[in-house]
Amino acid sequence: MLVIHCPYCGPRPELEFRHCGQAHIARPLDPSAQTADEWGEYLYLRENPKGMHAERWRHMHGCGRFFNALRDTTTDFFVTTYKCGEPRPAVSGTAPAGGQR
Amino acid sequence: MSEWFAKSAAQAALTDVPEGRRWVLRGGDAALAAAGAAFGASLPAQAGGVARVAGTPRAALWLGPDEIWLGTSMDDGAALEAALQTGLAAHAHSLVDISHRNVALELSGTHAAWLLNSLCPLELTLEAFPVDTVTRTLFSKAEIVLWRTGEHSFQIVLGRSFRGYVSGLLAEVSRELAAA
Ligand SMILES: [Zn+2]
Repeated sequence: MLVIHCPYCGPRPELEFRHCGQAHIARPLDPSAQTADEWGEYLYLRENPKGMHAERWRHMHGCGRFFNALRDTTTDFFVTTYKCGEPRPAVSGTAPAGGQR
Repeated sequence: MSEWFAKSAAQAALTDVPEGRRWVLRGGDAALAAAGAAFGASLPAQAGGVARVAGTPRAALWLGPDEIWLGTSMDDGAALEAALQTGLAAHAHSLVDISHRNVALELSGTHAAWLLNSLCPLELTLEAFPVDTVTRTLFSKAEIVLWRTGEHSFQIVLGRSFRGYVSGLLAEVSRELAAA
């Protein structure tokens, strides 16, 4: 079983968590000024990278908080987790040593 | 209660905790400080922290960065509720009475942590989960609040309708104790 580090609670079993899609997607401030294509893109278009991906997760059966995580989609390796509102940490490449498992 | 297979109560025992009063309090730092003053002890700020008020049945449980459970006995409930409402009047907050939502079980004995770990993957060694640590977690498919009240005792707070499910699973796992 994966151990995921909640930024609030520390290392916890993966069963307590929910995946909540791609991170860092900002809702347009003025939706009515958007074209249909722009709005559709905001609503539906998501990246599907092979490698490092910034994702929202929620510690559903723990503290209940949403947070962000950098996960390598090829290895399912959680490189780091960080609180919502914090910038995406600069991490490149795939599955560096010393990450969180 | 389901049929229980532990060889003795010292090994493992499951009992109902008397009904009590519980509130979930959410608010910012100022609200939590004011609530602590009304409660009688500083509310826990550390993840998993528990604050008790000595000589009373009151206990405050940290469940999230802005979510604290406040609990006490039925007898003390009205007094605590009045004190909280007075103390919190000047602060934006949410104080919800959840007394009817949950029941609590007490699991004790030398094999208590072992029984829990049969269906809960949380690390329950004393180093990782010391006495007076609390957290929301999962026991099989049921969401529970797990509070270590002693080296060999845990309080399990769970949804009222999950009581039979959880106690039944614990009884099922206790067959291992009978077989060992
Ligand atoms: Zn958490």
